[in-house]
Amino acid sequence: MSGEISRDEVAHVASLARLRLSDNELDTFTEQLCVVLETAAQLNSLDLSEVPPMAQPYPLTNVLRPDLIVPSLDRDEVLAQAPGAEDGRFRVPPALGEAP
Amino acid sequence: MSSAFELAAAIRAGEQSAVAAAETSFDTIDGRDEEIHAFLHLTKQRAHAQAEAVDKAVAAGQDPGPLAGVPIAIKDNMCTRGEPTTCSSKILEGWRPPYDATVIGRLEAAGAVIVGKTNLDEFAMGSSTENSAFGPTRNPRDTSRVPGGSSGGSAAAVAADFVPLSLGSDTGGSIRQPAALCGVVGVKPSYGAVSRYGLIAFASSLDQIGPFAHDVTDAALCLDVISGHDPRDATSIPTALTPTLPTVNDGVAGMRIGLIDELMADGIDDDVIARTNQAAEALIAAGATVERVSIPATIYGLAAYYLIAPAEASSNLARFDGVRYGHRVDGQNVAAMNVATRSAGFGDEVKRRIMLGTYALSSGYYDAYYGKAQRVRTLIADEFATAYEKFDLLLSPTSPSTAFEIGAKSDPMALYMCDVCTIPSNLAGHPAMSVPFGVGDDGLPVGVQVLAPMLEEAKMFRAAKALEDAAKGMS
Repeated sequence: MSGEISRDEVAHVASLARLRLSDNELDTFTEQLCVVLETAAQLNSLDLSEVPPMAQPYPLTNVLRPDLIVPSLDRDEVLAQAPGAEDGRFRVPPALGEAP
Repeated sequence: MSSAFELAAAIRAGEQSAVAAAETSFDTIDGRDEEIHAFLHLTKQRAHAQAEAVDKAVAAGQDPGPLAGVPIAIKDNMCTRGEPTTCSSKILEGWRPPYDATVIGRLEAAGAVIVGKTNLDEFAMGSSTENSAFGPTRNPRDTSRVPGGSSGGSAAAVAADFVPLSLGSDTGGSIRQPAALCGVVGVKPSYGAVSRYGLIAFASSLDQIGPFAHDVTDAALCLDVISGHDPRDATSIPTALTPTLPTVNDGVAGMRIGLIDELMADGIDDDVIARTNQAAEALIAAGATVERVSIPATIYGLAAYYLIAPAEASSNLARFDGVRYGHRVDGQNVAAMNVATRSAGFGDEVKRRIMLGTYALSSGYYDAYYGKAQRVRTLIADEFATAYEKFDLLLSPTSPSTAFEIGAKSDPMALYMCDVCTIPSNLAGHPAMSVPFGVGDDGLPVGVQVLAPMLEEAKMFRAAKALEDAAKGMS
């Protein structure tokens, strides 16, 4: 862990996260993320090789329910809240074509 | 305003009407919320219908429940069917959820009257409620100051006497820190004690819903209503939480309480430390023993949290893509629409955390960042477990300082430091609560934090009540 992130890496991460940043934003975010990652580098001083990771605090596993059909949300009510809907489905722009 | 406890008793006895209580609440809001901006949206119709139903039930000789007619405010990251739910983000502007969060159903089944949705830092990311797409909330104790955050609107709504109760959510301190800064009680329950179905997720291994109240008894009353198993939340604990209200006045005689060394050190203001020491003395006077205890891993909590929470947020917030709900900015294809929607819809702090989290989870960095932070989490939980072999409860300040001026902390890291005392409980999943305990050198409220082992809320409330009683004696 270097504790630093370059401007190019920030640009790459933004594209992975489906965000577009202006040049100014890219400068500001790079500087700010470096500060946070420097703080995160404190963890390097700890020997954690014998410590197992914790994903969540209360170890519930295999949470199951009976396989019964229960009422779900009303489809029309859900679709009425979507930015685009048609024929009982969500409507989106073409999925194929040039990537942004 | 009377307490929730007294108000519900009067309404259940038919001495007061729920409709009148709701009107009083709306009148108070109309009088001062232009200045405070605790609310983003008022649910007047829903409140009126619910209050009428409560009054009818009382007239018919039925019991509407333990929160009969009590006005309550809800942080705007919990879904309310047909009513706007924005998370203070432009990306959800105009969205009306098709369902209620489980806590909403539980509150209304207990007779509570939901009066509105409160302001927050966008998607609950922040410690000042300045980071809202709809403008900041002001601290009712001093309107030049922040109310804390991210549940600043809910804390301010109680502090300004708009409502006796409100709900917030706490991922790294977002209930306890604003409670401290506004001079009210705020509770983060055990992870899994309160259903999160319908809470819009920020960091799923940390988020918990909890109450704000004027006093410890009201907070206990509210927690007992909202806690309990919910099959619709896979992280909901199957066993019921021990009720907190029946034992809230049982006192602390014989309890062993540890004062956390690392949170009484550099970085915490002297006046806050002085008040916390006084709180420890008050607990001793009430019959407890208090000793200092070192929990060294707590100092790594902040660094671990600011990897874990953004990592989980980057995954959770992927769902805001302009397809199923909220705001969409058109594009020539789906990917372009996603990018345009997210870039226009999210504010800077949300973008910052999404990028930080995406980076911490990306190939080649996962083990160094997210994996390491998860190991620190175990370290903190283990050290708490060791401390709880010797102590029933732990004590610390809630916030390093009293409420700061609006605009004073523009640098993200300075704001992140606000959470240093509250984060360890989220990482361990343990309950913790903030109780007002006097004021700082600036005359603004100081909160002290009572921390408890998993599912030991009842014991935590007893100590909180003892502190509240002692604080009353001081003023």
